[in-house]
Amino acid sequence: MTDTIQKVKNLSIGFRSKKGEEILILKNISTNIKKGETVGIVGESGSGKSTLALAMMGYVKHGLYTIGGECQFNSSNLLKMKSKDLEKIRGRKIAMIPQNAGQALTPNLKIGYQIDEALQLHSDLNEKEREKKISELLNKVRLPSPETIALRYPHELSGGQQQRVAVAMALAGTPDLLLLDEPTTGLDVTTQAHVLELLNFIAKDTGTSMVYVSHDLGAIAQVSDRIIVMYSGEIVLEGPSRDILKRPIHPYTHGLLKSIPKLSLAGLPDSMPGSQPQPGTIQGGCSFFDRCNFSDENCKHNSPQLEFLEDLNTSVRCFNYEKLVKESQVSQTVNKIKNKSQDKEILNLSEVSISYAKQKLLDQVFNRISDNNPTVKDININIKKGETIALVGESGSGKSTILKSIAGLLRTKDGLIRFDENRNLSSDLKERDPNDLRIIQLIFQNPDESLNPNHTVEEIIAQPLKLYFGLKGEELKKNIIDLLQKVRLGEFYTSRYPRQLSGGEKQRVAVARAFAAKPDIILCDEVTSALDVSVQAAVLNLLQQLKEDFGTTYIFVSHDLAVVRAISDRVAVLYQGRLCEVGPSNDVYKFPSHPYTEVLLGAVLEPDPDIKPKLVAEDIVEERPPEKGCSFQGRCSRIVGDICKKEIPPWQLTDSGNAIRCHIPIKELQKEQF
Amino acid sequence: MLFLIIKRILLGFITLFIVSIITFVGTEVLPGDACTTYLERQAFGEQLEACYRRLGLNVPAYERYVSWALNAIQGDFGYSLSGEMPIKDVLGPRIKNSLVLASAAIFIGIPIALILGIITALWRDKLPDVAISTVTIFAMTIPEFISATLLILIIAIWLEWLPGIVIVPTDVSFLELLPNIILPVVAIAMIMTAHMARMVRSSVIQVMASEYVQMAILKGVPYWKMVFKHVLPNALLPAINVVALTIAWLLGGVVVTEVVFNYPGLGRLVIESISNRDLPTVQALAIILASIYVSINLLADLLTLMLNPRLKTLQIRK
Repeated sequence: MTDTIQKVKNLSIGFRSKKGEEILILKNISTNIKKGETVGIVGESGSGKSTLALAMMGYVKHGLYTIGGECQFNSSNLLKMKSKDLEKIRGRKIAMIPQNAGQALTPNLKIGYQIDEALQLHSDLNEKEREKKISELLNKVRLPSPETIALRYPHELSGGQQQRVAVAMALAGTPDLLLLDEPTTGLDVTTQAHVLELLNFIAKDTGTSMVYVSHDLGAIAQVSDRIIVMYSGEIVLEGPSRDILKRPIHPYTHGLLKSIPKLSLAGLPDSMPGSQPQPGTIQGGCSFFDRCNFSDENCKHNSPQLEFLEDLNTSVRCFNYEKLVKESQVSQTVNKIKNKSQDKEILNLSEVSISYAKQKLLDQVFNRISDNNPTVKDININIKKGETIALVGESGSGKSTILKSIAGLLRTKDGLIRFDENRNLSSDLKERDPNDLRIIQLIFQNPDESLNPNHTVEEIIAQPLKLYFGLKGEELKKNIIDLLQKVRLGEFYTSRYPRQLSGGEKQRVAVARAFAAKPDIILCDEVTSALDVSVQAAVLNLLQQLKEDFGTTYIFVSHDLAVVRAISDRVAVLYQGRLCEVGPSNDVYKFPSHPYTEVLLGAVLEPDPDIKPKLVAEDIVEERPPEKGCSFQGRCSRIVGDICKKEIPPWQLTDSGNAIRCHIPIKELQKEQF
Repeated sequence: MLFLIIKRILLGFITLFIVSIITFVGTEVLPGDACTTYLERQAFGEQLEACYRRLGLNVPAYERYVSWALNAIQGDFGYSLSGEMPIKDVLGPRIKNSLVLASAAIFIGIPIALILGIITALWRDKLPDVAISTVTIFAMTIPEFISATLLILIIAIWLEWLPGIVIVPTDVSFLELLPNIILPVVAIAMIMTAHMARMVRSSVIQVMASEYVQMAILKGVPYWKMVFKHVLPNALLPAINVVALTIAWLLGGVVVTEVVFNYPGLGRLVIESISNRDLPTVQALAIILASIYVSINLLADLLTLMLNPRLKTLQIRK
């Protein structure tokens, strides 16, 4: 086959455990990458997808080693090649675009030098020509004023810009194959959509083959021609992108697609039970057996082989795929959430401003904050008992800052935060009494960091019970077990340490800890973004169930608009610490009226090749909010004139109770939608 | 940037000021004073009065502090008690000797430490690493008085290659001093090099595991170019502060080694003047050692600031 560019043959990579056992990270992987095609490799963390991508460059991480098989590039095995020869292929024939460009650019070298280095190594250009080429490359990845960017250090660029630099660096060697390892994870939704669009353009423009590794089916759907689905080190499904996404015939992919919240559907998706097994723990049988809805006795004892189905042009590793072939489409059932909010107001933020400005000496003396352009300004929200309100926006929109102030971790500059109509919570932690602290609890993004690694689950959950209710002995134990059961964890978890739990289990413990205080309000800060997709739905469902049982109010911060859509009753859209739009989720999502809401929703990537993102505004990063006028003026595509630059836009109410802050009359804003 | 430097220098002076007050108060509250120590049993009546007048101890403490501080700034620390000679004349040759010892140890030790650290990191878990690491851990754990004594025993007594202890006047010329300092330098350099090599090793290993080094490899950057361009500048930055502390430690007098070898440096002077209750000299030494620490740390911080682009721009933006 002449048009195959990279051939992976029976590749197994693994490591040796302390007991001397060989543990496989990749199990007997075979696949071909053709010229000019884009292949998406999708899988959860630990599925071996990054290891596979790195092996395609002949790179095996420290601690791992090749057990068998080869990665052929131009009919030579990269895994057996001398490093001298590899240096001539890496960067020149095969280039990598890393996950986290901020970490992957050498901090002490200027952007221009780092691109120049690739050019020096992989082209015969002289210095003048290289200089020109650097500008060209930076232009190609659409970075403004390439000459000045080239003189900057990596840390002086924003995340999106760093990612573009990494793309430019990879293109410098005009490679035949580009490997992309989660290139947009960690970027804002709008930036992500722009970077993907750029990658698509480059693939078409240069005819480069791409291998796109990601956990995000939405991103994969936008770029790839073919998809490989990996599960605990094996390929479980491989086929044309559209077929895989529309008619997945492997139970894992099927369940995965069902568990992803969609913009078009309000309500919580079905969750998949369990989590991916740790490498080395599978005792025979299908690796997906525990979590599968279609399994039978056979699956328990025999491992299925990857089977190529000619009529579907798809390879699948499942004994019972036929059951799924009959099911023509993924029919997503969602559990609509009922808005259980009562009329009683539980938390009120009025005119709240928060500043990160350093206090000057004089201000410290008078205990005040002087900053006429604070990070968060003029926040007015009232939250009803039992509702779930979501704060959405890109990074820097102030959503987490507001949470911190409500929790008391950050004092407000101006304005009032009132609980239950009369308790003032504008002060910070030191001035709150224990009951004020109890009523508001936080769940953090990353349970790895929010759970003390030296405490057992029992100690972690016991803390709030002892602190707020003074429980002891038997009663304490009983309460802990009750709480664990509420978050669907068995009693035997009490003696475990966080490191012995999976990501989803850890987050459940964090949830249990928050509920232990019997709070009225729980602040959820990106609670699902560190979790795998299949686990995310389960945690969302759990949160919803607990809310219905306890009547808790949630303030939910997330950058993932589909997740917000699934769980929230009301949404507040923030830009640069200023509110843009507040309203019932249904209205905000169906008729995004504020220009910024439109930009945000347009950039969401859906796991469906037929839904393309709409790129409305540029993805410029603004360092500070503008001093005057509308907060969104810098990026708005619908500026009506000087008024946007000078005056803060007024609040306008729609018929459905949606409040929008824009100078454009509401009638006109809504007209655009139809 | 300039503002920052000025701020740091000012802070350094404030630190020194506080140190001077602490040492002054410290020597002040000790029971007895210079005169009672000096006169011993004759410390009463007329003689004591005369001594107080001569040393200026009959004025209030704060006045004495001011005049002492003003003189100290000009390099005049007054008279030492025991020898009755100006302290600066006592200090001068001692500082010179300590400098000679320290710089010899630095010029030998630091390059060796860097090279060993880098080699062990690049050949991590391979033979060179295992061999060198074993030796460095060994060198680190043996206390210097033992290694120094062993050196004397083997090189000076058994082999008779070099003098075992330094028995030269304090103010000999450099060439005369040279054969005398070899053993002390080796004793100090051993422990210092071992410490620093371990530090450099872990720092290089950490950078080697970073994503940007992996990226450089995947970019096809040849190994040694990667090491020199991408690894070392980032790995050695944190080493600057450790080197600075080591230098300060060396200059401040490596007390034990100086005593073992009878070396006439600052460290031994500290011990001598404390046991002689020579308070003016102790005060002067405290101030000098503090200034050495402050200024070397300041230099190290400024150097780090200059070499680390990240810190540089951050400071400018503020």
